[in-house]
Amino acid sequence: MKKIIHLFMGDPKKMFTPFNIVSGIILAMGFTIIVMRLIYGIGAVTNLDQDTPWGLWIGFDVLCGVALAAGGYSIAATTHLFGLHKYEPLVRPAILTGFLGYVLVVIGLVLDLGQPWRMPFVMLFPRGVTSVLFEVGMCVTAYTTVQLLEFIPAFWEWLGLEKVRQFWTKMTIWLSAIGVVLSTLHQSSLGSLFLMAPTKLHPLWYSNYLPVYFFVSSIIAGLSMVIVESSVSHRLFSYRLSPGAHFDLDELTLGLGKAAAAVLYVYFFIKLIGLAEGGHWNLLNTTYGYIFIAEMIGCIFLPCMFYVYGVRTENAGLVRIVGLWTVLGIMFNRFNVSMVALNWQLTPHYYPSWMEITLSASLVILGIWVFRWIVNRLPIMSNEMPVVGTNTFKALWAQAKAR
Amino acid sequence: MSTKLMNTPEKGASSCSRRNFLKLAGIGGAVALSDLAHASEQTASPGKGAKGVLVDTTLCVGCRQCEEACNSANRLPKPDKAFDDESALDEIRKTTPTAYTVVNRYNVDKVSVTRKQQCMHCVEPACSSACIIYAMEKQPNGAVTYRDDLCLGCRYCMVSCPFDMPKFEYSKAAPLIKKCQFCFDRQLEGLQPACVEACPMEALKFGNRLELIDEAKSRIYTQPNNYIHHVYGEHEAGGTSWLYLANVPFEKLGLPMLNSKPYPEMTAGAMSTVPMIMLLWPVLLMGFHHFTSGNDNAHGGHSNSRHVR
Repeated sequence: MKKIIHLFMGDPKKMFTPFNIVSGIILAMGFTIIVMRLIYGIGAVTNLDQDTPWGLWIGFDVLCGVALAAGGYSIAATTHLFGLHKYEPLVRPAILTGFLGYVLVVIGLVLDLGQPWRMPFVMLFPRGVTSVLFEVGMCVTAYTTVQLLEFIPAFWEWLGLEKVRQFWTKMTIWLSAIGVVLSTLHQSSLGSLFLMAPTKLHPLWYSNYLPVYFFVSSIIAGLSMVIVESSVSHRLFSYRLSPGAHFDLDELTLGLGKAAAAVLYVYFFIKLIGLAEGGHWNLLNTTYGYIFIAEMIGCIFLPCMFYVYGVRTENAGLVRIVGLWTVLGIMFNRFNVSMVALNWQLTPHYYPSWMEITLSASLVILGIWVFRWIVNRLPIMSNEMPVVGTNTFKALWAQAKAR
Repeated sequence: MSTKLMNTPEKGASSCSRRNFLKLAGIGGAVALSDLAHASEQTASPGKGAKGVLVDTTLCVGCRQCEEACNSANRLPKPDKAFDDESALDEIRKTTPTAYTVVNRYNVDKVSVTRKQQCMHCVEPACSSACIIYAMEKQPNGAVTYRDDLCLGCRYCMVSCPFDMPKFEYSKAAPLIKKCQFCFDRQLEGLQPACVEACPMEALKFGNRLELIDEAKSRIYTQPNNYIHHVYGEHEAGGTSWLYLANVPFEKLGLPMLNSKPYPEMTAGAMSTVPMIMLLWPVLLMGFHHFTSGNDNAHGGHSNSRHVR
């Protein structure tokens, strides 16, 4: 029994780290908030009202969640479709991050919905087929499934079912291609959602190109997230790397930084074209104009330049910092479109309640905990696992049989 | 050589690709249907049977009897301030989940104008086209009704509606949207909407939408000094079932300034790219794959030889 607890929970003596204690408290608070929402309604725990129907749970949990989980399809496409096989060591962590990200998006969405138990109706009896949201819902469901299928080979490997894994990996190319198709559709559609609010979204952000912006910036967010996530996890989980696995993470980081710089560069100019097309230059000299300029310069142009500088000087450390900066920059954009610049004429303007923030934070923590739990067991960081991984299942099975 | 290389992964993956193809085809079919739904929506609504209400704000005295009639017709809870309490007009109110219509008094250049507001029942409703499950149904008689047995409570209708009419029950554990239903059940019985019936000043006139537009224009024509020369709702957001006449600019009466573009068209362009991406992307991506894997010929049947997938 003790062994099983140990297998699932890790060493109990090492459980009470400062991170675990703080994040555990936030998780408990998040759980309490979920119970309060289910009993007293959405109004009791959020600052949402009749004028502001969408807040942090859409702006962060859904929009940022989906954008930052774009690393899965970006890296899968890079490696499997575009043939850059040197990025393979990053694929599994990226797919796992992406999959968990999407699961958290769905949880966040469930909590934001008034009648979440009706969600299956959308798929079983499709009626709202003109709806952008319908398309988002279908694609997110399909893509979450695809990511699960992409992730499962690691599970087969853990079980030691080598033949099943080999058979399964024959799908890889197709899953990657379908992943890119579905991601193109729903990443862009999250931008299209706001096309329905021409009178409510500030003219500097409202553009017919919104779906293009959301798609292109998801690539940036995905690549930058992989830079950040790989550097963090290769530091924290270095003991999970197989002894035979030697790849130069710095080299891969620089490669990703180069790609991110290129996409950021394009993104800057297509945003500029949208600004020119809208013709609201006069609005730049207002408070909202300054926020827009801060986004254009501080979150797109400067990260692009620093990425270029980091890559040219082969400074992987700098590229990692710019990666984090860019991730925050894309989040700033999603916050602007969904909260800051939406209902911009409204006074007083919406701001999230502490309970909304706590719940969003606890979803992130839940993701980190599950990621850590899986990485510590399944062969995620590298495929040629030290024997522990493969034998855990067999050990469990033998134990169960003995009893 | 290259044909052989390409064949290996395809053959092995055929079983899964077929399933995924069906999945894609399902979504594609849904998208094709969406165009049909859109087309039928367009043909059904502005037809001759579509009803409307003409609100002449120059006749309205702000007695709030329409509010009272709405309240009892929809069996809503009684409000804090009685319906004959004129102090309710001192502040600008909005509709709520328990008040589907409110009358507000606007002081415009020392003239006080009262205006009733409620769902405008758009000819091409934003809420219907936004709804993930088409719970907002456009009826042949012009009403935009709400299916409370379908709604997920996502509130995208509220984001989409330019008039901010759908209201959400934030304080309930299983909340729904609430809004004016254009007294759809009463209309089926041949009755007028309750508010129209209750109006003592004939400020509200129920009838065929197209005839009401003619009526509104003739009022402007016969009393040109009494009205702004515009029928609000004839073209706004593609047209609304409820129409307004006023003698002060409409934006000063809390009505949004909208052009004539119907809201479903805002996302129609983006949605129309969906089948294109679905069909073109796989070909492009597999093409990329083909060209890039050509350099990789050290690995025969490469998809099997790679270790991490």
